[in-house]
Amino acid sequence: MTKISIQEVTKRYADHTALDRMCIDIPERCIYGLLGPNGAGKTTLIRILNQITAPDSGEILINGEKLCQSHIARIGYLPEERGLYKKMKVGEQATYLAELKGIKKAEAQKRLKEWFDKFEIGGWWDKKVEELSKGMQQKVQFITTIIHEPDILIFDEPFSGFDPINANLLKESILSLRDKGATILLSTHNMASVEELCDSITLINKGKSILQGRVGDIKRQHDTQKREIVIRTDDPQSVYGLTNTCDNIKVESTDMPDEMRVTTFNASSNELLNRLLQVGQLVSFKEVLPSMNDIFIQEVQSQNQDS
Amino acid sequence: MNKIGLIIKREYLTRVRKRSFLILTFLGPILMAAIYIIPIMLALNSSTDHLRIAVVDESHWFEERFTDNTEHTFVTMPGQPIDSVKELVKSGVFDMALYVPPTQLNIPSNAVVYSIRQVPMDVETYISSVMRKEIEDQKLMAKGVDPEIVSAVKTAVNLQIMRMDENGNEKETFTKVQFTLGIILSMLVYMFIIFFGGQVMQGVSEEKTNRIIEVIISSVKPFQLMMGKIIGVSLVALTQFVLWILLTGALYLGFTAFLGLSSPELLSSGTVMSQEITANDVMNNESVQSIMQIVQSIDFGTIIMSFLIFFILGYLLYATLYAAIGSLVDNNTDSQQFTLPVTVPLMVAIISSFYIVNNPDSSAAVWFSMIPFTSPISMMVRIPFGVPIWQIVVSVVLLAGTFVLMTWIAAKIYRTGILMYGKKLSYKEIFKWLKYK
Repeated sequence: MTKISIQEVTKRYADHTALDRMCIDIPERCIYGLLGPNGAGKTTLIRILNQITAPDSGEILINGEKLCQSHIARIGYLPEERGLYKKMKVGEQATYLAELKGIKKAEAQKRLKEWFDKFEIGGWWDKKVEELSKGMQQKVQFITTIIHEPDILIFDEPFSGFDPINANLLKESILSLRDKGATILLSTHNMASVEELCDSITLINKGKSILQGRVGDIKRQHDTQKREIVIRTDDPQSVYGLTNTCDNIKVESTDMPDEMRVTTFNASSNELLNRLLQVGQLVSFKEVLPSMNDIFIQEVQSQNQDS
Repeated sequence: MNKIGLIIKREYLTRVRKRSFLILTFLGPILMAAIYIIPIMLALNSSTDHLRIAVVDESHWFEERFTDNTEHTFVTMPGQPIDSVKELVKSGVFDMALYVPPTQLNIPSNAVVYSIRQVPMDVETYISSVMRKEIEDQKLMAKGVDPEIVSAVKTAVNLQIMRMDENGNEKETFTKVQFTLGIILSMLVYMFIIFFGGQVMQGVSEEKTNRIIEVIISSVKPFQLMMGKIIGVSLVALTQFVLWILLTGALYLGFTAFLGLSSPELLSSGTVMSQEITANDVMNNESVQSIMQIVQSIDFGTIIMSFLIFFILGYLLYATLYAAIGSLVDNNTDSQQFTLPVTVPLMVAIISSFYIVNNPDSSAAVWFSMIPFTSPISMMVRIPFGVPIWQIVVSVVLLAGTFVLMTWIAAKIYRTGILMYGKKLSYKEIFKWLKYK
């Protein structure tokens, strides 16, 4: 079922068009990646979803209803630029932000305590925000974003500033939130996290959607038929010799002295494989799908060239 | 609304808990009390300090003219050269030496005081007044006039000012008291508006530059956030004001009790602030019996009521403007061009108050106390002199109406400005925002 439906949304500023007839359907209980270079219009779209600004035309449906003020309470938004009152105490501030979202004080504090323990910042409850490191402030802000258990979560660059351990903690939390039923919109430049977390993505460039779909499908569409074969052999020369008879292959030595890596861009690689098996022992055969990083660069550059 | 309540609570508590608030709360009354207490302390202290003054009068006009009192003793040193007397001052036998050089013609008009330490003002005044009197007397005698006649001619004039109303009721007024009261009240309004309006602006721009706004804006409406802040800060201002009055009162009472002065007439009415003014003026004014008259002549009820009304409305009007400005600026450097339109009317009001206080019923004064941007200050200057009720009502209605209008405009600017980053703003651009839905 579609949770958020963005229909033909256009937003113009004085000198440029931030969003041009943007259409995105975000299914329920999924992690949806919003990708795009800087200034593509991601933040504008997020702000429209949060009703910070209004679109010039087009509309947004949440569960089939037109987006309105009452939906705001069910959205949790973690902005890219982190902001907390520096002089306020951590616990007090988190409670205040939770109360603003309509949670009773006692309930807010109970939930906050649980999350603080989970993120190992329980001891910082009475510290001022300015005493916290950047990563710890981010944890606090993440907690305040999800504390009212909204069914829609919008995270703008949630991983920036986190060390690998905490990034992992965050990743697990995001996954568990999805499993509990939240629909998550993730805007990020961190392509590795997109591959690990996102079910589907939209790639935005210059206010237009240039690529949309499930992550797996997109990767398959961009399959360059690249296959990687590693072979163990005593006779490297005969492997190198294959480049003369087969099209589109590349032979390299590897870190191991007796292993060779053969790369082909032809999906029907049975014949190549046969010939390799005659000169040595097969170590591995791998289908190499392009990374989201490669797809991102390729798509954005080709669109920029067209226009 | 519940959320506005939460915002007000946060704004209020975080500000009241700040160390600077506490310091200011205690420092304010101490400073105010000091203005009143220090001169008294000095006066009390100087009397314990006895000065010995050697007089070397080579003109022989003033020998034995100086009389001793508890503060100083004059010792005439006839025939002593001034240099040796100076040595005595250096060695501490005398505190200072007065030297009148020999006269070339008939009348001496120069004298020198030699002293290691600073010569107290009253000693200086005393010496020169004795000398002047003596010279005047001698000149009068030379013209054949008896100095006794001259002093008999001197008369003190007691000019009473009576204000009448249409019903023929007469009331004595004390211009000096009203003058001081008017200036102090308008200064207070001015200071509170600048100070707490500035806090609103700073708070708004903090939320903007820290990007807290992005988090909060998804929970509350910009209008709620703006009004919550303005009201929260206004409560801080009122708290500070009430604490100042209470603490000043406590200090004042403590001090008078310490001195063993009983001053029931000063406690009989009104705020401590106005009591002090009254008290001060009375101390300068030698007619002590008129204290009660003066206190009764001041309509404390009206003054306090109108102070609160004009202060709160004036603050609210300017706070909305300050909030709008705070939402426009990214950092403090470019706030100047936007604060100017707010500070100019305040400056005009405070400068004109020195004119208004001299002529509180002139048409310019009436106009200034009607125009909403100057009325909170200008009206407070006029209030102690008595203002027709209809003028106060018109002024309050205009002020409240302008506040509502400005809130509407400021909310529109605020809503757009608070989320606008890194863009160079012009007045033209801001004007365009007003037309947004």
